[in-house]
Amino acid sequence: MQWDVIIQWLPKLFEGVGLTLQLVALSGVIGLILAIPLGVARASQHWYVRALPYGYIFLFRGTPLLVQLFLVYYGLAQFEAVRKGPLWPYLRDPFWCAVITMTLHTMAYIAEIVRGAIQAVPAGEIEAARALGMSKWQTMLFITLPRAARIGLPAYSNEVILMLKASALASTITLLDLTGMARTIIARTYLPVEIFFAAGMLYLLISYGLVLCFKLLEKWLRVDTGQLGR
Amino acid sequence: MTEATPALEIRDLHKRYGELEVIKGISLTARDGDVISILGSSGSGKSTFLRCINLLESPHQGQIIVAGEELKLKPSADGNLIAADNKQINRLRSKIGFVFQNFNLWPHMTVLDNVMEAPRRVLGMSKAQAAEIAENLLAKVGIADKRHCYPNQLSGGQQQRAAIARTLAMQPKVILFDEPTSALDPEMVQEVLNVIRALAEEGRTMLLVTHELNFARQVSTEVVFLHQGRVEEQGTPEQVFNHPQSARCKQFLSSHH
Repeated sequence: MQWDVIIQWLPKLFEGVGLTLQLVALSGVIGLILAIPLGVARASQHWYVRALPYGYIFLFRGTPLLVQLFLVYYGLAQFEAVRKGPLWPYLRDPFWCAVITMTLHTMAYIAEIVRGAIQAVPAGEIEAARALGMSKWQTMLFITLPRAARIGLPAYSNEVILMLKASALASTITLLDLTGMARTIIARTYLPVEIFFAAGMLYLLISYGLVLCFKLLEKWLRVDTGQLGR
Repeated sequence: MTEATPALEIRDLHKRYGELEVIKGISLTARDGDVISILGSSGSGKSTFLRCINLLESPHQGQIIVAGEELKLKPSADGNLIAADNKQINRLRSKIGFVFQNFNLWPHMTVLDNVMEAPRRVLGMSKAQAAEIAENLLAKVGIADKRHCYPNQLSGGQQQRAAIARTLAMQPKVILFDEPTSALDPEMVQEVLNVIRALAEEGRTMLLVTHELNFARQVSTEVVFLHQGRVEEQGTPEQVFNHPQSARCKQFLSSHH
């Protein structure tokens, strides 16, 4: 093991870490924001409200992220309407292609988490809100969703960590994220063991940081309180 | 006072689960200050009846009139009656307090926030105003010192008292109690009954489904005994407990002593 090589290339690897974090943070946050209405609709009692999110989730959960990434990055450019469209400055950029695809992908999973969490809120707590005169929407906004957030948070943290690892796929569309950067360095140094080892360690560190953050968040939101008491 | 509008009036309420009719036409009138206890063995429909009053369950037939205002109902696809006017049902629900057997406090909020939530969201009270009311009510039910605790840090009796405070915060015209002490350990029953007794003495209008017969006898102005979805016996506590007419009511009373 040539440690000095690892140390020498560490600044470059950190650049890759920066890009990886950007991809995960953007897709994780935007995906969450968009997934909430999708999950609420998915939990609806009316089939016609449920149908669209169901179809969306079925599509994006049922196909590999890599295929989706290729379709967006290589596929969209074939359509003249896209090339002439207002979004072309973004869609020609691999970074935004990766962000969009990862967001659409993780959104499907998070929407399912949101749906499960909403449906796991005890019926009695919702009845209590309705019995006090709160409307359906007030109940959803002030009682059900805050409660569901606590139920779904552990599953969401899991999804974010899965996306961290899935973000390595961005290297296939020319992005120099942590994996992409590692491969570029290996092409110059011919030292795959050292560099991939270092990259793996860095992924591990990021995961650990995320786990810690979510642990703090769970503590702050008192996630454990809902399970006790009765 | 003979013609005063009743606080709550229910006319000929029916409820079905599929083919099974669990409530077969119950009528009940609660005037201001009435404390009506509803007794009956399990399966007699007493909880279902109570839950139909504020449409936590959908009745199949009947009229519900709160302080002279009739609840507008319309048939749904499956034959139940549902609220025809969402604004009206929400407004009427805010006037009908409901205390659950399992408390149903919101576990992610402190006790104080539990009590403040509905006055703020439904009545549009300011935070300070809602907090003042909530603090007073928590003091009244004897758990002022627990206001910053979360429900799971409270005993069952304290949780139920917090739930009663949450209901009182809406200043309801009528309070419905659905077996409020049935989920409690025996040593905590009394503290909750004391709170309910104090409310009765204040002259609040209440409907009380309970298995605490002695308590019902002490606080009620009227006692209703349900059997298989019908009113089997009805009258003052004196009449129902000491001189029951129906054989089933006699049997029920003797088996509970």
